[in-house]
Amino acid sequence: MLLLTCPNCGVAAEETELAPGGEAHLKRVGPGSEDADFEGYLFLRKNPKGVHFERWRHANGCGKWFHAARCTVTLEVFGTYSAQTTEPPKDILLKIDDKRPGWRG
Amino acid sequence: MRRYSAFAIAREALRHHQGWERAWKSPAPKESYDVVVIGAGGHGLATAYYLGRNHGIRNVAVIEKGWLGGGNTGRNTTIIRSNYLQDPSAAIYEKARSLYETLSQDLNYNIMFSPRGVMMLAQTEHEIRGYQRTAHANALQGVQTEFIGPQKVKELCPIISLDGPRYPVLGALWQPRGGTARHDAVAWGYARACSDMGMDIIQQCEVTAIRSENGQVSGIETTKGAIRTRKLAIVVAGHSGVLAEMAGFRLPIESVALQALVSEPIKPCMDVVVMANTVHGYMSQSDKGEMVIGGGADGYNNYTQRGSFHHVEETVRALVETFPIISRLKMLRWWGGIVDMTGDRSPILSKTPLGNCFINCGWGTGGFKAIPGSGWAMAELVAKGEPGPLAAEFGLDRFREGRFIDESVAAGVAH
Repeated sequence: MLLLTCPNCGVAAEETELAPGGEAHLKRVGPGSEDADFEGYLFLRKNPKGVHFERWRHANGCGKWFHAARCTVTLEVFGTYSAQTTEPPKDILLKIDDKRPGWRG
Repeated sequence: MRRYSAFAIAREALRHHQGWERAWKSPAPKESYDVVVIGAGGHGLATAYYLGRNHGIRNVAVIEKGWLGGGNTGRNTTIIRSNYLQDPSAAIYEKARSLYETLSQDLNYNIMFSPRGVMMLAQTEHEIRGYQRTAHANALQGVQTEFIGPQKVKELCPIISLDGPRYPVLGALWQPRGGTARHDAVAWGYARACSDMGMDIIQQCEVTAIRSENGQVSGIETTKGAIRTRKLAIVVAGHSGVLAEMAGFRLPIESVALQALVSEPIKPCMDVVVMANTVHGYMSQSDKGEMVIGGGADGYNNYTQRGSFHHVEETVRALVETFPIISRLKMLRWWGGIVDMTGDRSPILSKTPLGNCFINCGWGTGGFKAIPGSGWAMAELVAKGEPGPLAAEFGLDRFREGRFIDESVAAGVAH
């Protein structure tokens, strides 16, 4: 079972407490944008075989959103971090560099 | 190729079964092909088969990373139906279902198609209205379905409990010519027919790069060397995103795990397929007597071919409510497959940003039933460079233009 530590309340939550929210750090587009921009924001996904940054909600807990860095091949969790950011924090990126050299491809 | 027949069995019985041939050849890849199909699952092999049979293109290779039919083709619950709400879906799934009817004869390979009937239970008022609407839509589309009441449900499947503790059975959408088939045999039958047409089926050969020049694919790099090709068809389901990245474009697809399980074999107790979408589980009985069970997909990206325990628990709980007699069955095997989910839960049969590269993916949780129709439509797309009527609505551009084929809303669940 997938275990993620919620960075908001500190609880080590089991998968059944959590709701997955898909790929993280998508740049939201607004009125006046091209159709292709909306397609990218709404539908196109990296869907990587490997390191994935994603959104989760501690649905049956504190109810807050957060981010997780996870490997989609081994299900290893590299860490969780605040939802109030547009990119993964440095310490998590360094940790992934350590465990998956060359992952930035 | 020696044809399989009753006469062949009698002949071989008289000579100690020494005369059976290998069902398909395993050649080394040639330097170049007219068409390379990546992925020797059902959809890839069917694409190759109809390229040869319908369009006369036989200089074809089917490249497979693992073994033939070892991905989702060998991991599904083998249900075949075409009771879809939207016209483009009903057209391609009904084409597939009707091809399944005669596929054993066409391929000279027994795929054990069993049109035993598929019923989708209505367990809420909303589902009754939804399925009645689907039945009317199917009547217009030429797909034979009907909405039946609870007593008919009980007649067709006596082991159902109509008065479940949470959701009573209020009726069902019944497709009498839906059913099941032997999934491995579908892959093996297509592979044998392709090999007989002179096509190369190359297993244990992983694609590592896609080479392109001036917006056209020139060839692929594989673990068995470089292969040049005039046209490329990517038919790899869960790994579509990986191949698209090699080719330099993105897809509206996320890969998640979908699980299935089978029980120990028991005496025949159920001769139809039952799907219960509100509680989310479906079940049929295999020819060996195992109860074949499937449920919902996980919600997060996953390439591991195993899924979450709690999803299986939910599925089994739902089915025990619906079929109380299975409550003490032991489960024999449990596995997962990686399914490619699109934003509107409908497949993609499309041209790509690379001129001579085509993609067939996004079948999500319901690809097995579509194999012959998918291969038929994909072969037409690859051969002519433009989609035919079956594939026309399933292009990648629908996500940019907002022309969704919204089966996720129609079905209420993954389908």
